[in-house]
Amino acid sequence: MVQFSETRLDASFAALSDATRRGVLEQLGRADASITDLAEKFHMTLTGMKKHVGVLERAGLVTTEKVGRVRTCRLGARALEEEAAWIERHREIWEMNYARLDALLAELQSAPQKKPPKKK
Amino acid sequence: MSNIKVETPSDREVRVTRAFKAPAQLVWDAHTKPELMRKWLKGYDGWSMPVCEMDVRVGGSYRWRWRNDETQTEFGFFGKYLEVIPSARLVFEEHYDQGSFDVAMMKEPAIITNDFEEADGVTTLIVTMAYASRAERDDAIATGMTDGMGHNYKYLDAWLAG
Repeated sequence: MVQFSETRLDASFAALSDATRRGVLEQLGRADASITDLAEKFHMTLTGMKKHVGVLERAGLVTTEKVGRVRTCRLGARALEEEAAWIERHREIWEMNYARLDALLAELQSAPQKKPPKKK
Repeated sequence: MSNIKVETPSDREVRVTRAFKAPAQLVWDAHTKPELMRKWLKGYDGWSMPVCEMDVRVGGSYRWRWRNDETQTEFGFFGKYLEVIPSARLVFEEHYDQGSFDVAMMKEPAIITNDFEEADGVTTLIVTMAYASRAERDDAIATGMTDGMGHNYKYLDAWLAG
């Protein structure tokens, strides 16, 4: 199970509490993009988008790299970790449910039938 | 037999595959008969399923509700069946019913598809959960982060169970 420090957690919640920032993560999940691209896509000023990206970056959800005059954004390791942890959680809960289902199916197959099949 | 496979076929879907040593008919029953389903679809210990109503036919509704026996917190799912092919395929929409739970999520319903494939006495169940958007999935990821603090992500039981 993945443990997170509370400070990081707060930062992540704050980062994800905003619809635009979730949209940015969704966008970066498809392809890397520059701040200019993102600003255009979300009909926002460059300054506005820089702020959003800054929040995501501090939460570890996005990393940025400046090459020449262009700052490229991509999903941070933490965003990918979260996704992996989330999938792992799915697995865990399904396993609990399905272990019970295994037991139930075994029981149903071994138990004598309540209504015996009609004789032909 | 008990190996579970979890995949993400697209950025808004999750697919879970699991084989059961039972005929498809029985696995189907366990998904469509309330008295059977509430025995296994419980997620973590300490939760029960006080409401499990299912009118399994196209256009019919279901309503599931779980309760934490200790805190009395409740939440659930509800929706309509979209496709019903006995022992083969069950498709339904899944709306989140927040109940008294303090986690909001999934404003748009997800579409859950259960495929039952039987071969040599083994039934492979393939559950595909399609969220309305990747943003919905991301919400779920954000909510999942409460895990580290050790509280309130148990709504996932139901959500996953779909």
